[in-house]
Amino acid sequence: MTGWWRKNPWFVRYMVREGSALFLAAYALMLLAGLACLVHGEAAFNAWRAALATPWSVGLHLAAVVIVAYHSITWFQVMPKTAPRLPFDPRRITWAGWAATIAVSVMVVALVAWAR
Amino acid sequence: MRTEVKAEIPADAARDITHVSATHDSATRNLEIECLRYHPDTDAQPRFQTYTVPFRDDMSVLQGLQYIKDHLDGSLSFRWSCRMAICGSCGQMINGVPQLACHAFLRDYFPGKLRVEPLQHFPIIRDLVIDQTDFLNKLESVKPWLIPKDPQPLSAGAQRQTPQQMDAYYAYSQCINCQLCYAACPQYGLDSSFIGPAALALLHRYNADSRDQGWAARADIANAEDGVWGCTLVGYCTEVCPKGVDPAHAINQNKVNSTLDYVGLGRLLMPKGSAE
Repeated sequence: MTGWWRKNPWFVRYMVREGSALFLAAYALMLLAGLACLVHGEAAFNAWRAALATPWSVGLHLAAVVIVAYHSITWFQVMPKTAPRLPFDPRRITWAGWAATIAVSVMVVALVAWAR
Repeated sequence: MRTEVKAEIPADAARDITHVSATHDSATRNLEIECLRYHPDTDAQPRFQTYTVPFRDDMSVLQGLQYIKDHLDGSLSFRWSCRMAICGSCGQMINGVPQLACHAFLRDYFPGKLRVEPLQHFPIIRDLVIDQTDFLNKLESVKPWLIPKDPQPLSAGAQRQTPQQMDAYYAYSQCINCQLCYAACPQYGLDSSFIGPAALALLHRYNADSRDQGWAARADIANAEDGVWGCTLVGYCTEVCPKGVDPAHAINQNKVNSTLDYVGLGRLLMPKGSAE
């Protein structure tokens, strides 16, 4: 089974999907670090914010956005497979997932823009 | 007066195998078919043997293998029966993809090379023939028969089912036990104790049947680590299934049922009661 996932494009896409969890975990740890810095006072928090603004950090964040977006796309695609038999088209679940995501994203961006 | 109309058929059509379609080139085309060979008595390792097979556009990969056996090498061993994708016997790895040999066509691989190997993740008995014992044991373990709550006597007559009740399990009843899904499943390949796509799809087929109340009888298999929880939704099983069974759906919707069972609500919520 060595290198089993490299032999088929389907499995490569599956491994990328599963690998997105690593980026998600790293992001969660980074946010936790920010929370810890906040608790330690203004200087620590400002240092954390400065670290986030470095080119390395921005690059990693962009990569994380792309790969987590891929995770979301594949998540909504497989969601119908986890649901029991539905009295409607399973693709409605996929569309509903996307609609909810876009709605919440718009609200969050609007909130952040208003709070600035 | 009746006018007789005769079709123009070439005088030598019966003997010439290339007179099949108007668009077909009259020269016979050859395809290189590379087959895995293994004989337990003489070979330490599997090896490959290449055959040159003349083919027509309408020939399946199975017919290619049959040509090899009939004309080139009678020792090549493979399973086959119906030639029409209903018996499930002729599953092979065709250029690395699990397919029924009767369901794949030689024309789609020309002019490249065609590699035929036995189904992945199973022990090889000989050449392209695999040992199905593990799958057959798993199939038996899911109790693939109707388990009613109260067995009906014959005098009660036929059981009735609405079209909606049949829809609930029909797709899963189409499984022909061809085991392409086991060859497709990397979880089964990594750990063969996983019950596997087809067996779990059939477990669901019976649980979803209105005539069956056997969830409890099958729960130990479904709820096990190697049951529905062994699946990580790779989804390739559904992709390769020749009958549209969708084992990925069968397994993953039962993760909900299994969870309900775990918290003790499953059997309370069962509308049909239980055959326990």
